[in-house]
Amino acid sequence: MRDLRLRLSQGVGLWVALGLFVVLYVIYSTLHPKGWSVDVLVQNSNESFALILVAMAQTVPVLTGGIDLSVGPMMTLTNCVASTVVSGTPGQIVLGILMSLATGALAGFVNGCVVVFGRIQPIIATLATGAVYLGIALFLRPTPGGKIDDNLSWVTTNAMAEMDTTYGWFPDGAPGWFAHGVGRLPVPILLLALIVLLVWVPFKNTVTGRGCYAIGSAEGAAYMSGLNVGRSKLAAYTMGGLFAGFGGLYLAIQTGSGNADIPQSGGYTLQSIAAVVIGGTSLFGGTGGAFGSLVGAMVLRAISFCFRVFDADSPVGFLANPLLQPIFEGLILLLAVSIGAARVFRVKNRLSLFT
Amino acid sequence: MSDTNGNLLALSGVSKRYGGVRALSNVDFACRRGSIHAVLGENGAGKSTLIKIISGVVQPDEGGMTLDGRPVVFPTPHAANAAGIVCIFQELSLMPDLSVADNISITTPPRRFGMIDRAAQRRRAEELLARVGCDDINPLMLVKNLPLSRRQMVEIAKALGRDPKLLILDEATSALTAADVSKVYTILHGLRDQGLSLLYISHRMHEIEELADTCSVFRNGSHIDTFPKGSRNDEQIVQMMIGREWHNTYPVKPLHNETLKPALEVSHLNWDNRLTDISFAVGRGEVVGLGGLDGQGQRELLLALFGVLRGVSGSVAIDGRKRHIGSPAQAKNPNVGLALIPEDRKTEGLMLPMGVGDNISMAALGAMTRGLVVDRAIEDRKIAEMVAKLKIKFGRLSDPVATLSGGNQQKVVIAKWLLTGARVILLNDPTRGIDVGTKQELYQLLRDLADAGTAILFYSTDYDELVGCCDRVLILYDGRVARELAGGAITEENIVAASLNLSLPAAAATASAGIRA
Repeated sequence: MRDLRLRLSQGVGLWVALGLFVVLYVIYSTLHPKGWSVDVLVQNSNESFALILVAMAQTVPVLTGGIDLSVGPMMTLTNCVASTVVSGTPGQIVLGILMSLATGALAGFVNGCVVVFGRIQPIIATLATGAVYLGIALFLRPTPGGKIDDNLSWVTTNAMAEMDTTYGWFPDGAPGWFAHGVGRLPVPILLLALIVLLVWVPFKNTVTGRGCYAIGSAEGAAYMSGLNVGRSKLAAYTMGGLFAGFGGLYLAIQTGSGNADIPQSGGYTLQSIAAVVIGGTSLFGGTGGAFGSLVGAMVLRAISFCFRVFDADSPVGFLANPLLQPIFEGLILLLAVSIGAARVFRVKNRLSLFT
Repeated sequence: MSDTNGNLLALSGVSKRYGGVRALSNVDFACRRGSIHAVLGENGAGKSTLIKIISGVVQPDEGGMTLDGRPVVFPTPHAANAAGIVCIFQELSLMPDLSVADNISITTPPRRFGMIDRAAQRRRAEELLARVGCDDINPLMLVKNLPLSRRQMVEIAKALGRDPKLLILDEATSALTAADVSKVYTILHGLRDQGLSLLYISHRMHEIEELADTCSVFRNGSHIDTFPKGSRNDEQIVQMMIGREWHNTYPVKPLHNETLKPALEVSHLNWDNRLTDISFAVGRGEVVGLGGLDGQGQRELLLALFGVLRGVSGSVAIDGRKRHIGSPAQAKNPNVGLALIPEDRKTEGLMLPMGVGDNISMAALGAMTRGLVVDRAIEDRKIAEMVAKLKIKFGRLSDPVATLSGGNQQKVVIAKWLLTGARVILLNDPTRGIDVGTKQELYQLLRDLADAGTAILFYSTDYDELVGCCDRVLILYDGRVARELAGGAITEENIVAASLNLSLPAAAATASAGIRA
């Protein structure tokens, strides 16, 4: 019981974000004419997937006390690569998916090398590599286009039930547990769960992953404890690239094409930072995690969902004005960040504010 | 080649230089299995360099090390760790954002399927904490939420978890409570009896008496002597620690016959358990030294006076009027007239990329404005005055201050604060890392300022300097004023003895009484 309270108190940021999301999403679903339905859930999760992955990508470098301004470009690059390789026979499709993910991971690894071996500050290193990745993406896809396997696009962006109708999983008719249970789950949410459970959680629990937290908390102490600082940082940026790769791949599958959209790429990068902060990860590093950023990204998305459903004639009708949306996103970000900044009130030596 | 002397670790002919400063010269040193070996020495005697070399943090320029009779080289702390050398550093090596259990098992956590086994890690942390008698610490707590004394116990538990052969404790008990200290003693004695070697660095003589089997004294980077505990008395040890080859020359101290009007009066100052009930006064025209070992609260006291610390209680009066000083901006206000020459000129004293002139006028710009803008003519004139007064050497006024030598940089910091017309000047170890010639100029400058009526509070880690420059010296120990020395009682022996919180020889004690009521 005491342990539980301790755990809760040590992750306040995450709980605030989760609460915020629940409130926003309940408001949205209640006001939505087709709220609380599988269709709406499928649509929302499709719209959120790429941002969630990019936010998770941003988290790992931030945990080490760094930042990655190339998460958007890495997503865009993977998106363009996927649009040329994810089609053909099932074998080719699987190979194409792996190639796309490898592209993201490689781009992240390059970031890590520049930061670790080039000893360049992450903010400028990733600004530069990000521009390079965008350039490559533009070279691959001067104009939007490409091809993604239609069946794959269809099943990944719908509820599980479509797996059956598309690939004929149950020729004799779906059993009850599928038709009324699993079949109603949106595929993107299942994919997210798999990525969190099979990629993030194991990584966090390796010595290398623990090292990322240690470096962000006190790099000197981590070094003095005999941790391999360079390896943890390399791993952090590579993980960032891999997550961004998942995001880019999904975007390609979702849109059925590749698009080297530079403004979109920049927007994703900035929103990823906001999501990381809302999700309770400190920009100084050391605390937080990718799951928090997942929630943070959902909060950002839920805000924009809400603006769609406010009735213009209701007392809060002014909220329906899409022009106000950036203001509210900004205010909510400020609110979330202020909770993290409260530590300043406890500082006893003002000089320590500057170090 | 087997070592028959029972030595676990031996250093031979080890030297280390930092730039032009010799930190260790030709040191031979050995520590035996199953013994607690205390290392003694003044600030800057080379103790920390010795430890850093043994634990792989820095590499010696010359000389070698053997462990168990075999030559070893430790390029990183990790390599030293792997060889069984574990160090508990003065600056804690804990990660504040991680939990106690995470910290204890940071490098080699128990694993299942390649992943950290949290349950096993927690049990391990509980066992180790129980071993150091701290079962009250929940392993899930974040280290940053623990008080300093508990953190230090976690640090010790972490070190024990690494199965050390040689355990190095660098001031590892400085923040412990009395109850914890006795627990730690029991543990350390137990480890010794198991055959471990312990290197123990402490400034507390009574601790050394209670713990150590062998003592080594270092001075100016040289290993002076090693002897079994009890074969030398305190006075002999102090003498070994200070014996010096050269002396600075200092300006003549004036005789203050009449009572000086106090410029700075501090009463019952407290802060965060680190400063306790500090009261003293500095008269106009008086140079008062702050002495004692590093980290006894001197830096905090100066910062507290300068309004940097939050939650300071007690009162401060300037020229007889009580003042609340809540920030450096208030402290330098002409009504208050405080100036602080900070400890680290590179981070707290100077804007390194900015020009020499800009740095000099930085703190006094408010007095040089006409309307809303800075009057360049006045500024240039004042800068020129200061440059001439302090004989600052540089190429052009616009050169970045980073290009100046250490001594000239320090002069720029001092010039900056003199321009504010401060009535009370606080100095935090101003001669650290500057050449002898500039030091002499600084001593003269301090005395000239004092003669012109400025009150000076001067913290120095160099005892010789305190003896030469100060009219009175306050020795801080554990955040308190442990002793006040004045006049003829200001001697190196007395300062060292008071710094170690030993009682003074009788003659000195009487000399310090009555000079100033």
